[in-house]
Amino acid sequence: MFYLKLILKNVFRAKLRTGLTLAGLVIAVMAFGLLQTVVDAWFAGANASSNARMITRNAISLVFPMPAYYRERIKAIPAVKSVSHSQWFGGIYKEPKNFFPQFAVDHENYFEMFPEFLFKPEELLAFKRDRQGAVVGRKLADQFGWKVGDTVPIRGTIFPGEWQFTIRAIYDGRDEVALTRQFYFHWDYINEWLKKRFPRRADQIGVFNIEVSDPTRTAEVARAIDAEFKNSLAETLTETEKAFQLGFVAQMETIVLAIRVVSFVVIFIIMAVVANTMAMTARERIVEYATLKALGFSPRFVAGLVFGEAMMLSLIGAGLGILLTFPVAAGFADSPAGAIFAAFKVNGMTVWMQWACAIVVGLVAALVPGWRSARIRIVEGLRHVG
Amino acid sequence: MTALVEIKHLAKSYKRGEQVVPVLHDITLDIARGDFISLMGPSGSGKSTLLNLIAGIDKPDRGVLRVDGVDITELGEGELADWRASHIGFIFQFYNLMPVLSAFENVELPLQLTNLSRAERRARVALTLGMVGLADRMDHYPNELSGGQQQRVAIARAIVTDPTILVCDEPTGDLDRHSAADVLDMLKRLNADLGKTIIMVTHDAHAAEAARRMVHLEKGELSGGEG
Ligand SMILES: Nc1ncnc2c1ncn2[C@@H]1O[C@H](COP(=O)(O)OP(=O)(O)O)[C@@H](O)[C@H]1O
Ligand SMILES: [Mg+2]
Repeated sequence: MFYLKLILKNVFRAKLRTGLTLAGLVIAVMAFGLLQTVVDAWFAGANASSNARMITRNAISLVFPMPAYYRERIKAIPAVKSVSHSQWFGGIYKEPKNFFPQFAVDHENYFEMFPEFLFKPEELLAFKRDRQGAVVGRKLADQFGWKVGDTVPIRGTIFPGEWQFTIRAIYDGRDEVALTRQFYFHWDYINEWLKKRFPRRADQIGVFNIEVSDPTRTAEVARAIDAEFKNSLAETLTETEKAFQLGFVAQMETIVLAIRVVSFVVIFIIMAVVANTMAMTARERIVEYATLKALGFSPRFVAGLVFGEAMMLSLIGAGLGILLTFPVAAGFADSPAGAIFAAFKVNGMTVWMQWACAIVVGLVAALVPGWRSARIRIVEGLRHVG
Repeated sequence: MTALVEIKHLAKSYKRGEQVVPVLHDITLDIARGDFISLMGPSGSGKSTLLNLIAGIDKPDRGVLRVDGVDITELGEGELADWRASHIGFIFQFYNLMPVLSAFENVELPLQLTNLSRAERRARVALTLGMVGLADRMDHYPNELSGGQQQRVAIARAIVTDPTILVCDEPTGDLDRHSAADVLDMLKRLNADLGKTIIMVTHDAHAAEAARRMVHLEKGELSGGEG
């Protein structure tokens, strides 16, 4: 097709300028996609939670604990099927950059609440029997090349000291969003140590994990639990695991919002870059456009050339940017920084948004130059000295 | 027989800021079908302006401008574009070829506006490039051709639609003597053999001699040499 051929030839005419603009587009579209994926990954974590699981924490803040004896009182509340607990450990494996979440949990029943974690029964049993045993997720094990039986040293920060854990079980995720970058061990092990070293910090719980017998009764259960501890030393805040996760995300809301804003700023900047390229291009081609009009081509044809060129440029850039987004996202997901996300995956919506941004960039960039080129007065265009 | 181009009391001025610069005053001129007329005059005398008016790429302020019975001052922008596509062949001083298109594609360009089939277009382009002696340069791009060759491609582009009038603005202005002679020869042949009506602007007396008739323009008015 003649139109398409002319547009394609025009796009690659000023090779350096086109190359630089394309490079900018590729990076912008890719950055946009990655930032959107970060936002998605935050929310994916919350959506992966079960509807029947709830979390009780200290009402003041997550960093304040609750007494261990709360457990029995929670257990007694109607519709509570089981209670377990976990404690953020926050240790360092060799170097801070190796960050992964570690939790001290009730080894007896914690994993019964998480059917999305798939264990070999004999491994789970071995974990329960070893006081220094640890459970690690598949992705984490793969990242550091750990096998069952390996000893992992962790330097405690909240619980100072050099800790040694022996991996007794490695679990797989039932699906992609299941977290398999976690590290779990016996809360009892930590608690024994606290009893000896810091007795006042012993028998304290970070969060209680609760499973209800009927997911429709979570609101009622939450009210009942929080009422139970009203006016006690540590008042509680109970919410569904999903709400808890979203609350966690909400704390990060400013960051998430900033990420969103930045991703659109990136697109806005590339829009200015492409608009500038198109303006320069159109200015250089005034004589050609005037000649085309003299030969009888319509203003619409000329505008179409400018729009087509901007669109072609944007779409080629977006196509390459989108192609690059996948390996870069995969690389990030496998990096320690990606460890905080259960699933760091570029989803279909993000790709559509990348294409949509490219189309908007192309259209906006061509608007003024396209209009001007179409409106050129032929005699003035022909007199123009390029 | 009525003239192909009838110009009566034609006037044109340009606005430069607040100032109105009169360029053509009261031009009256007839050009017969099959004529080859050269429009002479010093630089800035309004030659290009008059040519552009006849070619329908500019509008006069006043006066009558009829081509082949059609008063082109009455046509709207779209109609005028269509009219140009079928009636006018343009030859410019600097050729004005599309640099990204080959000689063949440049000549084919005006045919994109017709409803000729691809095969018909190809046949016409090949024939026309043959007429200007560039059958062996079809796939060359403008920057691979000499000035004279580029102007021959431009001539081919101008005649490929078989227009009523060829308008040439300083067609030899950018060429060496030899290439200029070639181009003028070609124009003469187009006029003599094919009966093309040609209007050529030039300030080169030697080039003007190629024409059958000379018209002088001085400060926006026709003077002498007519008839
Ligand atoms: N688009 C325009 N705007 C303002 N002035 C113009 C324009 N076109 C031509 N002129 C002026 O009109 C006069 C005649 O120009 P032109 O027809 O190009 O002369 P020539 O072709 O004889 O050299 C010149 O003084 C020129 O500056
Ligand atoms: Mg001139």
